[in-house]
Amino acid sequence: MRFTGKVYKFGNNIDTDAIIPARYLNTFDPQELARHCMEDADADFPNKVKPGDIIVAEKNFGCGSSREHAPIAIIGAGVSCVIAHSFARIFYRNAINTGLPILESPEAAEAINEGDELEVELETGRIHNLRTGEIYQAAPFPDFMQGIIAKGGLINYVKDKEQ
Amino acid sequence: MGMTISQKILAAHTNRDFIEAGELINCKLDVVLGNDVTAPVAIAEFHKLGLKKVFDQDSVVLVPDHFTPNKDIKSAEQCKIMREFAKEYSIKNYFEIGQMGIEHCLLPEKGLVGPGDLIIGADSHTCTYGALGAFATGVGSTDMAAAMATGEAWFKVPESIKFIYKGKTPRWVGGKDFILHAIGDIGVDGARYMSMEFTGEAISSLSMDNRFSMANMAIEAGAKNGIIAADDITMDYIKGRVKRPYKVYHSDPDAVYARTIEYDVSSMEPVVAFPHLPENTRPVSQATDVFIDQVVIGSCTNGRIEDLEAAASILKGHKVHSEIRVIILPGTQAIYLEAMRRGFVEIFIEAGAIVSTPTCGPCLGGHMGILAKGEKALATTNRNFVGRMGHPESEVYLCNPAVAAASAIKGKITPPWEVL
Ligand code: SF4
Repeated sequence: MRFTGKVYKFGNNIDTDAIIPARYLNTFDPQELARHCMEDADADFPNKVKPGDIIVAEKNFGCGSSREHAPIAIIGAGVSCVIAHSFARIFYRNAINTGLPILESPEAAEAINEGDELEVELETGRIHNLRTGEIYQAAPFPDFMQGIIAKGGLINYVKDKEQ
Repeated sequence: MGMTISQKILAAHTNRDFIEAGELINCKLDVVLGNDVTAPVAIAEFHKLGLKKVFDQDSVVLVPDHFTPNKDIKSAEQCKIMREFAKEYSIKNYFEIGQMGIEHCLLPEKGLVGPGDLIIGADSHTCTYGALGAFATGVGSTDMAAAMATGEAWFKVPESIKFIYKGKTPRWVGGKDFILHAIGDIGVDGARYMSMEFTGEAISSLSMDNRFSMANMAIEAGAKNGIIAADDITMDYIKGRVKRPYKVYHSDPDAVYARTIEYDVSSMEPVVAFPHLPENTRPVSQATDVFIDQVVIGSCTNGRIEDLEAAASILKGHKVHSEIRVIILPGTQAIYLEAMRRGFVEIFIEAGAIVSTPTCGPCLGGHMGILAKGEKALATTNRNFVGRMGHPESEVYLCNPAVAAASAIKGKITPPWEVL
């Protein structure tokens, strides 16, 4: 999978309350959640984000609650992938299980700025900054998780196994 | 090479004698948990599998606690999804209003979790059950859905950090302070993907309620689980509660740890975490210039009977400050009842606090005490992220129940010894 998009940059410890505040958790409709995506970190984000745009963040993205509404809101907002210095573990699991592409790269998280254009290749973990020409390499997923992703998420993976 | 307690529990659930940190394994689960926020999402995913039953109807636990009693129509619809699912799939451990409580207070109380268990819950504070010597960790709804179908989940075997708490615990200091101190030390991602193992003489003498507070907040350091090996105190607690077989595990003397960290608790003070991260900690005596609008005593961290007892011992005979709202939320119906029998509820109401039915309520900014712009709350909860308890420009400070009660009287953050 290959994505091209404009970067919205966030800092350290962007928690799940910032990604989707708990006051909106009385639904799990992706479009409704998308209307409030990242709003406690950047109130204007839901208005300005365009399909294909990319979130780049620093350390521990997605820390806090286990709400799958967080990756669902990001997917609903049309974000094509999230790149971070590091991810909190439940968010990491949830992203894979729901099919939100994520890449971990400290170098990319440090060098990329708000507004940059990126081209990302998920299979290889290659991140190309089209504004600066720089290329960063994220670690590809372990084989086991690639299996889940290849099946299009955990539920399909389980379905295959059950049959 | 030896194994840690966490490795041993995981190994036992994948039928292996030995596993190493970093391995990806598939494990059999003892308990799968969900609540009114996460279970409806999991149920929708589960239905995609087209199965007629869950892997084991006694091992799935469903607790409506976040937005219950239902705060609005949408949350009522969410709870309805759960209720109907529980009925259709004969889920024994579904807890309706009147029986329910905050999930992480409720499951141990009902004896649904025990030492040596492997538990996943679609709630990040599932790590609370580590206090019983279980391996318990939070996951998302899709993991929960798959687990309801198969009774299994995949894990990456975590490395462990060993925390040794030495010395004699001072008055007013407890599990909440021990864990906040550690989070302040290593940071909110200091134990990311890892297991936090709590040991030492101060832990051996710590009550069960205090141990639950501690394990509860392991996730606040990014950990996969927090764990305390079961001992006599654990056995006393589970007696008459846990009805199925359980097993007590201990770390081997030659187990390998990523780090070992020692604290001397004898000189520790109650800890306050400042906005907007649990790692922004200060001793309470250095936090006293903060005026507050609301005090919340409750949650899965500090909504148990000893927490209410600590608050009542301070509030007894006092009035809460005239400019402060004080909201007290017993964790479960049983805790509520005991608080009534022991006179705590009367003390709270006479002091000018309100006592709510068990619910997560304000802890996650759901209902029952939301903050307006610019307001500050002091809470015994576990998270103080931006917007956690209401308006994005409100603030949450975290502390133990004694500090919360003393501060409720003074109207600003106050050490308990200034009131008693
Ligand atoms: S009390 Fe708060 S932290 Fe605990 S389960 Fe409820 S919302 Fe989550």
